[in-house]
Amino acid sequence: MSFLSTHKLEAGYGDFRALFGIDFEVAEGEAVAIIGANGAGKSTLLKSISGLVRPPPGSIRFRGAPIAGLSAPAVVAAGIAMVPEGRRLFPSLSVEENLLVGAHTRRPGPWTVDRVLDLFPALAPRRTTPATLLSGGQQQMVAIGRALMSNPALLLCDEISLGLAPVVVKSIYEAIPGIRADGTTIILVEQDVGRALAVADRVYCLQEGRVSLHGRPASLTREQITAAYFGV
Amino acid sequence: MAAAIDTILQGVLLGGLYALFATGLSLSFGIMRMVNVAHGDLIILASYLAWVTVATLGMNAFAAALVVVPAMTVVGYGLQRYVLNPVLSDDPLPPLLVTFGLSVIIQNLLLEGFSADARGIDAGVIETASLALGGDLAVGWLPLLVFASAVAVIAGLELLLSRTPLGRAFRATSDDQTVAQLMGIDNRHLYAVAMALACAVTGIAGIYLAIRTTFGPMMGPSQLLFAFEAVIIGGMGSLWGTLAGGVLLGVSQSIGFRLDPGWGILTGHLAFLAVLVMRPQGLFARTRDA
Repeated sequence: MSFLSTHKLEAGYGDFRALFGIDFEVAEGEAVAIIGANGAGKSTLLKSISGLVRPPPGSIRFRGAPIAGLSAPAVVAAGIAMVPEGRRLFPSLSVEENLLVGAHTRRPGPWTVDRVLDLFPALAPRRTTPATLLSGGQQQMVAIGRALMSNPALLLCDEISLGLAPVVVKSIYEAIPGIRADGTTIILVEQDVGRALAVADRVYCLQEGRVSLHGRPASLTREQITAAYFGV
Repeated sequence: MAAAIDTILQGVLLGGLYALFATGLSLSFGIMRMVNVAHGDLIILASYLAWVTVATLGMNAFAAALVVVPAMTVVGYGLQRYVLNPVLSDDPLPPLLVTFGLSVIIQNLLLEGFSADARGIDAGVIETASLALGGDLAVGWLPLLVFASAVAVIAGLELLLSRTPLGRAFRATSDDQTVAQLMGIDNRHLYAVAMALACAVTGIAGIYLAIRTTFGPMMGPSQLLFAFEAVIIGGMGSLWGTLAGGVLLGVSQSIGFRLDPGWGILTGHLAFLAVLVMRPQGLFARTRDA
């Protein structure tokens, strides 16, 4: 039994269909990257798992239980947290308050405000700062920490490098081993293919709502990835 | 001079009542981004509830709060959870129409049940007792009590919003309800709790209204107007701003009444109009994009 699996997953928004029969599997403790061009369906796949998009029942299973169609809060309670694209901190809340909102479900586990500040030392002096006054990189750190505060078994990260300077992206990615150390499983949607291949155990490439390639980074050639990415 | 001070003092105290009217409206706008057109009718509904409680149980007018406030809390939770939540979306129009319909329904049910006769609650000597401040100045105990209640209610709500996990969840949901759901916050329940709080305050406002003046089934819309003006003057989403808005409205009306008894309501509206023209976001706006 896999940790998380989707079976012939179809999802979309109103009349628009974004995913066409996605079969996707993640084992416990893995880091899996999802790559693909804009509009390939990467974010929709994450949103389907997190409950922001509600796919047909039965198409997603998490730890053996069907979760497709559950509301977003119910998915969080089941142990899946999401770092949304664009960071989306709560602007009228301080750094600490943003983190505490992440702990709303009170799922038991190791993560506390202090532990998040240990993971991202840059945030320690900004604890009471309004979230809007942080730099983009610091905001991304809070967004990741906020998701961790629910003590998820599975962490979904949507484009955590987007719009950030390479040196900042590097420092954020350096935190990932610390997150995985507790056995937290990670799914990363990433447009930075090099970054994704470096950190992930396995990679899925999506193209126009279908899986065009998947495998271990070491076993994939540059040509295969280019072809799967661009469809050429 | 004494007359001027008296006018302003009475206006400030009247503002406390308007602030109580407006707090529920301010909460539902601040958290749900929803304008509740039936808010004034909910105040009148609470007044009738208080009247029935006093008439049937023979309770003291203030003790009636023990029945009215919990009852209004339940009404608020149910109303949001089962009537308003299903129509909430990015489009502000459906909840506006539903609450408008609700307003008409409440008015007509009250008319059906209680007739168009004006009612009032007798609270005893406190209605006329006053506190001498020296010189020719005196303030009534009742307006003082109303104002103190408004300050206490708003201070309590501000503490709740700024210091408690529930308040944090309210602010997070007000900022970004989609991401709040990703944090495990069930916004349907949270909105219902917010409306329950709003209606609890409405219950207090309804009791004071019933003690202070006579009321009828059709009085809701004018209370809504005062509440709305207080919220807009103060700035949407700020509760202390709502108190300030209520006070400004009360003082303007009081000045108008002093000039000519027919002008009171009009000067209040003019003050509102002036704020709307010069500072449309209100004096103490806190919500962004509002």
